[in-house]
Amino acid sequence: MLDLRLTHHFADFTLDAAFSAPAGVTALFGRSGSGKTTIVNALAGLLKPDAGRITMDETILFDSTQKICVRPHQRRIGYVFQDARLFPHLNVRQNLGYGRWFARGEPSSVEVQRIIDLLGLGPLLQRRPGDLSGGEKQRVALGRAILSKPRFLLMDEPLAALDAPRKAEILTYLERLRDETNLPILYVSHAVAEVARLATTVVLIENGRVQAAGPVAEILSDPATAPALGLREAGAILMARVEAHEDDGLSRLQSQAGPVWLPHLNAAPGASIRLRILAQDVLLATKRPTDISALNVLDATVRAVRLGDGPGALVQLQAGDSRLLARITARSARALDLQPGKPVFAILKAVSVARDDIGDST
Amino acid sequence: MTDWLSPEEWQAVALSLKVALWATLLSLPFGLLTAHALARWQFPGKALLNGVVHLPLIMPPVVTGYLLLMAFGRRGPIGTLLEDWFGIVIAFRWTGAVLAAAVMAFPLMVRAMRLAIEAVDPKLEQAASSLGANRFWIFVTVTLPLILPGILAGAVLAFAKATGEFGATITFVSNIPGQTQTLPLAIYSILQIPGGEAQAFRLVGVAIAVSMGALLLSEWLARAVARRIGGRDA
Repeated sequence: MLDLRLTHHFADFTLDAAFSAPAGVTALFGRSGSGKTTIVNALAGLLKPDAGRITMDETILFDSTQKICVRPHQRRIGYVFQDARLFPHLNVRQNLGYGRWFARGEPSSVEVQRIIDLLGLGPLLQRRPGDLSGGEKQRVALGRAILSKPRFLLMDEPLAALDAPRKAEILTYLERLRDETNLPILYVSHAVAEVARLATTVVLIENGRVQAAGPVAEILSDPATAPALGLREAGAILMARVEAHEDDGLSRLQSQAGPVWLPHLNAAPGASIRLRILAQDVLLATKRPTDISALNVLDATVRAVRLGDGPGALVQLQAGDSRLLARITARSARALDLQPGKPVFAILKAVSVARDDIGDST
Repeated sequence: MTDWLSPEEWQAVALSLKVALWATLLSLPFGLLTAHALARWQFPGKALLNGVVHLPLIMPPVVTGYLLLMAFGRRGPIGTLLEDWFGIVIAFRWTGAVLAAAVMAFPLMVRAMRLAIEAVDPKLEQAASSLGANRFWIFVTVTLPLILPGILAGAVLAFAKATGEFGATITFVSNIPGQTQTLPLAIYSILQIPGGEAQAFRLVGVAIAVSMGALLLSEWLARAVARRIGGRDA
């Protein structure tokens, strides 16, 4: 568990943020210039904040009142930079081995081989960084950081410099990393799709302050945070389990909000899947709709209605154990008399599996 | 071989190489430290240090030689100290020629090294620190390998400059055959004698060969720096 509280003054900007990052992937989300990189650099020890305290489990990494500031190389925090920063004079194998050299209790060769396999680095080992593609470089940088045996991994927009196919490729590896190691990760991003796919916890930063923090499903379904995420990108996350593949080519999933049917999924029954339902893809009805083409209609209750400045309104719904977000017009909200507690039916125009919508949404 | 140059001429060539080699080797650690300080550190008096380092490049060499004589001569403050404490006399000895050559070659060495250090991205050093390397290991494992060709290029340039040093040397340690008469000083002496042109010509050839070889080697090393930093096998 990472706990962080810090203030830092720049000429035209003040950062004043506090949050905790539990196990799993914590996404630090915010626009460029919101202070994300400052936080990450303070964590890594590359920047000394004016005041604050950073602790990692029981260890104090920084405390301005006690005048403690652990040097970067002693923090054991792995850092994957936006630009991979591989050492140009070393080949891939030597780059991967660099951190191992300084790591206490260096990883066994079995562990090294596991990371090489996990990240698909086998064919690259003898190559020099100058001969690698952007995606390959990031994979090597990731492996190098993991093999330095950090207690915590920082990733500062590691996909920002990559094109859509490379992004999708790295995200697959990141998901594996999240699911197959228990290394806590702080993932800085300004792409909602990446957050929706990877994060377990979201910390929303705006103008140097934490606007919201909590489990990913909660934050992404909160009408209050939707404007900060971008209305077109706003939408809830639904955890679901593949139940069966039916004869007509559809897959039946059991979500926390009820059954959902999707075109055939390439996943075995029993597999857990994250569904992303954009707010603009949810229609609301006060009576159970009949004779409509939409397959997925969920019983729900209105939790909150938030009117925007324009003609739009955001409606937060409770559906089973999870929450949904619908973006409708304020006029419809009035016409349907949507009030907290009112039962409604949520018609899902589109449901995307969170791993498939990365390429087109950044 | 030996009849190609006279024993005296060989002596001058050998002395030149010996002086240049020692001058280069002894100034290497100081050159590297100075280059690193100028490239990376922020400290008061940095502009002054930069000026002092480059002064021998700009001042008339005879002035540098005279200042060395004032400081390191047997009655100079440092020269007296060296003689009293260690029994070392360097004025009018070959060791004095080494000092003169080192001082004159120092700016060239520092410039080459400084350029190489400045070409290393400090972000790579940050990456190394995030991987657990302290400042010493960052320098040894990242900075040094990347600037090694630059260090060698600086050393080669300094060596070439040291073999050709004339003004400061003749002022500081005079022109004593077998003691302080390096190659350029020998050429100068020969030219003072009527009819010495043919003999001078041979030594001029040697001087050109040494300089040219050093220049080519230094160019080749500079390209190696670019290759390393580019991170490609080529």
